[in-house]
Amino acid sequence: MNYETIIGLEVHVELKTDTKIFCGCRNDSKSEPNTNVCPVCLGHPGTLPVLNERALELAVKAALALHCKINQKSKFDRKNYFYPDLPKGYQISQYDKPIGEHGYIEIEVNGETKRIGITRLHLEEDAGKSMHAADGSHTLVDYNRTGVPLIEIVSEPDIRSPEEARLYLEALKSIMEYCDVSDCKMEEGSLRCDANISLRPVGQTAFGNKVELKNMNSFRFVQRALEYEVERQRERYESGEPVIQETRRFDEATQTTVSMRTKEEAHDYRYFPEPDLVDLDIDDAWLERIRAALPELPSAKRSRYVNELGLPPYDAGVLTSDPKMAAYYEAVIAAGADAKQASNWVMSDVSGALNGEGKTFAECPIPPEHLAGLIGEIASGKISSKQAREVFKLMWETGKSAAEIIKEKGFEQVSDPAQLQPIIDEVVANNPKSVADYKGGKERALAALVGQVMKATRGKANPTLVNEMLIEKIKSL
Amino acid sequence: MRTPTVKEILRSISAGETRARDWVEHSLRAIREVDGRLKAFLLVDEEQALAAADRIDRAKMYQNAPLRGVPYAAKDNIVTRGVRTTAASRILENYIPPYNATVIDKLQQAAAVMVGKTNMDEFAMGSSTETSAFQKTANPYGEDRVPGGSSGGSAAAVAAGLVPFALGSDTGGSIRQPAAFTGCFGMKPTYGRVSRYGLIAFASSLDQIGPFTRTAEDAALVLNAICGHDPLDSTSSRQPVPNFADGIDRGVKGVRVGIVRHLPEEGLEPGVKAAVHRAIQQLEAEGAEIVEIELPHMEYAVATYYLIAPAEASSNLARYDGVRYGRRAEASSLLEMYERSRSEGFGMEVKRRIIIGTYALSSGYYDAYYKRAQQMRTLIRQDYERAFEACDVIVMPTAPTTAFKLGEKLDNPLQMYLNDIYTIPANLAGLPGASVPCGFADGLPVGLQLIGRPFDEATILRVAHAYEQVRDFAWPKPVLGVAE
Repeated sequence: MNYETIIGLEVHVELKTDTKIFCGCRNDSKSEPNTNVCPVCLGHPGTLPVLNERALELAVKAALALHCKINQKSKFDRKNYFYPDLPKGYQISQYDKPIGEHGYIEIEVNGETKRIGITRLHLEEDAGKSMHAADGSHTLVDYNRTGVPLIEIVSEPDIRSPEEARLYLEALKSIMEYCDVSDCKMEEGSLRCDANISLRPVGQTAFGNKVELKNMNSFRFVQRALEYEVERQRERYESGEPVIQETRRFDEATQTTVSMRTKEEAHDYRYFPEPDLVDLDIDDAWLERIRAALPELPSAKRSRYVNELGLPPYDAGVLTSDPKMAAYYEAVIAAGADAKQASNWVMSDVSGALNGEGKTFAECPIPPEHLAGLIGEIASGKISSKQAREVFKLMWETGKSAAEIIKEKGFEQVSDPAQLQPIIDEVVANNPKSVADYKGGKERALAALVGQVMKATRGKANPTLVNEMLIEKIKSL
Repeated sequence: MRTPTVKEILRSISAGETRARDWVEHSLRAIREVDGRLKAFLLVDEEQALAAADRIDRAKMYQNAPLRGVPYAAKDNIVTRGVRTTAASRILENYIPPYNATVIDKLQQAAAVMVGKTNMDEFAMGSSTETSAFQKTANPYGEDRVPGGSSGGSAAAVAAGLVPFALGSDTGGSIRQPAAFTGCFGMKPTYGRVSRYGLIAFASSLDQIGPFTRTAEDAALVLNAICGHDPLDSTSSRQPVPNFADGIDRGVKGVRVGIVRHLPEEGLEPGVKAAVHRAIQQLEAEGAEIVEIELPHMEYAVATYYLIAPAEASSNLARYDGVRYGRRAEASSLLEMYERSRSEGFGMEVKRRIIIGTYALSSGYYDAYYKRAQQMRTLIRQDYERAFEACDVIVMPTAPTTAFKLGEKLDNPLQMYLNDIYTIPANLAGLPGASVPCGFADGLPVGLQLIGRPFDEATILRVAHAYEQVRDFAWPKPVLGVAE
């Protein structure tokens, strides 16, 4: 029997605010343990939360970027459960009136655009970090992360394969980076993902029992865990065993999923409206200000690159995957470079060199105007593309412009026919066999002659011009 | 001669007749003399209080401070930096707060001097101060009587003349009812009028800090110092704060005083009813216009309150888990630590309410209990909105009874809860309310309750003040207390 895979993802994204969501502590969970804490985030008796407006702003920004409808009347609720890293015994979250609802993300699957629905986006506070002793004798708790603002983004069960799940996550991360709301570093926990997955026979409308997957610390692991789970659930169905509704943990060592708890152990969070905070009432003007300040998002940028700059969809996809790369690219073309040439340089040479040094586009030692200058020198025929590679290397090392390097190192290309004519004449005279071959129809023989000219000029001759002049010379013989 | 009022102390200090130190010493002496039997205080910090008084006497900056040198006591659910704060619970037995409640900071700026922390029902859950984990406070007018609650320690301290004012908190009547039981003036301001930052939460949407004083005018002076928006409390109001003492003596001529038609009178003692009736007659004689109003949903107030307050409490008290501060029981697992810390740390009444509240919020019961209670709360609020179209202030008894005997209702929680029938609606509606002594029945004080429009504490104070000028009942001397 054929089965259809149904996946929904829950993603937590830490917001990049200066301070925590409900107190004035620094939003920095990487400091020495328990240094960014105060009576409020430690849940001391009598303390009260005060909403950090910047957190709300970033959440609304993210919701708008995901095409969500904004609930201008929103509120916070308490999610009650006991855990040592949750100082108040409840998490301030949002239950029935999230900031955003009914949004979507578009992904490219097999060359087609697919829309994945976003059920909701809500704002909440993060909990602390528990560190359990290996021997189980004690647990230490670091409350630096307690009260870090988070958004939780819940997708519709629209995802049909582990690969789509990865594509969704990549698109989501890219959008969050474009909006500059989060660092989105999964390895540091500023982006975290849980998945719900179930299978059903093709054609069936009812969903099968779903399994919640946790502890996946990279996009690759999300895909792996889901792939494993697809197989596991298929095998169970095929062997006539039911899939149990439960929460499972991805185990990195074995690359499998392991049962954590079943539905019977599920929490009753006893949600109720947070009485210590006033209801949110987002006014139109404020919302419009945020909407207007939204940057161009990756999908819009992608289609602009294709439609207006004439880039192939592949180039557009690569360039827009990282907002810093796109910004760099746009600065290069703004400085006058040809769009496609610039794309080639940015995607290959610049990107490769940055990766080699573990740098981002924001840290590129070659300013975009310099790269545009280099591309201009090639277009004008001043240097050959082979020379350009060398110039690029020196630009990277010295930070100088292409023009400066060409001048200093004498890279200038010889494009003066008067200067080249004697060399052409000499090469033709000294290579009668190649000349004869070419005349006899062997096109390749010309390349050998060009090579000779280049050798004689130590690579400085303009190859296009040399080509033309050789053909003319041979014709005239 | 009764113990001086806040107003008298301020006059005496500013006239240079006395110093802050004199009044603080006076207070400490009275506490030493009386509190062994009264048991109003959980903590008295003589050293700090005297040091503060000396500072105030020395420094010029306090010369015009509005409560310069006035001693006071704070209920032990208001946190004080470096001074043990327990909410009368074992679970916070050794808790030393790292910060001050906003009201404590404000009173410090006003140059009032805190002499100690007062006894209360554990986490403010109770109407008699008997659920305190540490001691039972007596009523100054009858040693075998409760002082009311939950702010019984503050009420008793003021009534016995140990301090000229004290802070309490009122979630369902916890200022007004003990004020009535002990013959003090007590006011719960409008919800949001006084910052709750640093008030150990019982039920966040109902809790409000307020003063116990001897007179309405003294309450006005204290309110001037503690009211106002606090950026640390999102629910504190930005409504402008008037000078409450201004115009307090304008009298009641033309003021429309509402009396409730069909007031639930089950359990209302005849002595209380008579005293309240007489007070209303006196107000009328002073020119107030008495109008009848309806509060049709009042009978549901107690049931509504006993869903909402425990629900919020069950969540508010979750933080007492033994992990970061407070009592931690030795245990071999996390779950056992939680269970034992909380079993040993909380008393019966607190446990009862945590269980009620947890139940009311549970999935499957939320709609039937918590949500319906919130709907009823809206109806009760609307009752008052309608009533205040016809009147400016509503009067009724503060409590159906006078102070009952210690132990009398401790084993009958329902009886205890019903004692709050007249005070709870104001909390549900967020309205300001006060209790002003209006007579004695069998030697025990009776309180007249006044309820006002949102943020109209001024009218309550004005009516109470007018009444204080004309009341003519015989005021016996407290059995426990200092008489000058």
